[in-house]
Amino acid sequence: MALVMNINCREAVTLIGGFLDGTLARRERRRLEKHVAACDACREYLEQMRAIIAVTGRVGPEDLSDDALEVLMDLYDTYRRDLDESS
Amino acid sequence: MDDLELLESFLAGDREAFAVLVRRYQPVLVQIAKYYVNSTQTAEDVTQDTWIAVLKGAERFEGRASFKTWLFRIVANRARSTGTREKRQIPTDPTDPVAGDRFNSEGMWKEPPVSFGDLLADAEVNATLATTVRAAIAKLPELQRSVVTLRDVEGLSTGEVASVLELSEANVRVILHRARARIREVVEQLAKGGPSWH
Repeated sequence: MALVMNINCREAVTLIGGFLDGTLARRERRRLEKHVAACDACREYLEQMRAIIAVTGRVGPEDLSDDALEVLMDLYDTYRRDLDESS
Repeated sequence: MDDLELLESFLAGDREAFAVLVRRYQPVLVQIAKYYVNSTQTAEDVTQDTWIAVLKGAERFEGRASFKTWLFRIVANRARSTGTREKRQIPTDPTDPVAGDRFNSEGMWKEPPVSFGDLLADAEVNATLATTVRAAIAKLPELQRSVVTLRDVEGLSTGEVASVLELSEANVRVILHRARARIREVVEQLAKGGPSWH
């Protein structure tokens, strides 16, 4: 926990979103990097946000009910039938 | 099989290939539709129209965008034209993705983030973690849920998310950071052994 390069932890946390997106201006990025290098808590926060992004990318789609699938497969069957009839 | 292979397979008459695409994308299509319309029923109707459009238009898909981006644009366009939802209030204030009470009056952490490195290192717990993250996403406000689903779960670019949801890229970034911060808080509760464990 520290006040480094004129930003406090609350401001650092706000900048981390832009930092992860690569959209921070160079000066802000450097201020944040210096803060994070000196502040264990904000470094932990940054690592956690990276981990959250990684885990979120692996959760996969929600489960689809059999009923919902069946409704949509009926659309496919109708489409194939119409295709066969018109050919 | 990747999306393009599945597309080619179902065009060639492989029913199961279409089923795989439906299982993969129907939940997120419903979510995108719900972003624009008022009821789940209307959203589901919009997704049916979307799949019909895919069946009829798949041969013309040129592959300039990824299949999923093409699919998400179809559902967004259709939902938008059906949509009766009132215009949303978009938060533009980029501050405070983390609850203000975590910091003291000087903006320093009162209680630093609880480490959850151990959770990430444990493969068995990792499965629980994925479940927790999925549940956390489901509980987010709809705007945040839509943004984080498209950006982090589906892997669209910020620009693509902005296009599908009709938001500015700056708004996507602000909303995304809030959503990620909220998910982090839920996982932090898990690390503390709090109520989100179960």
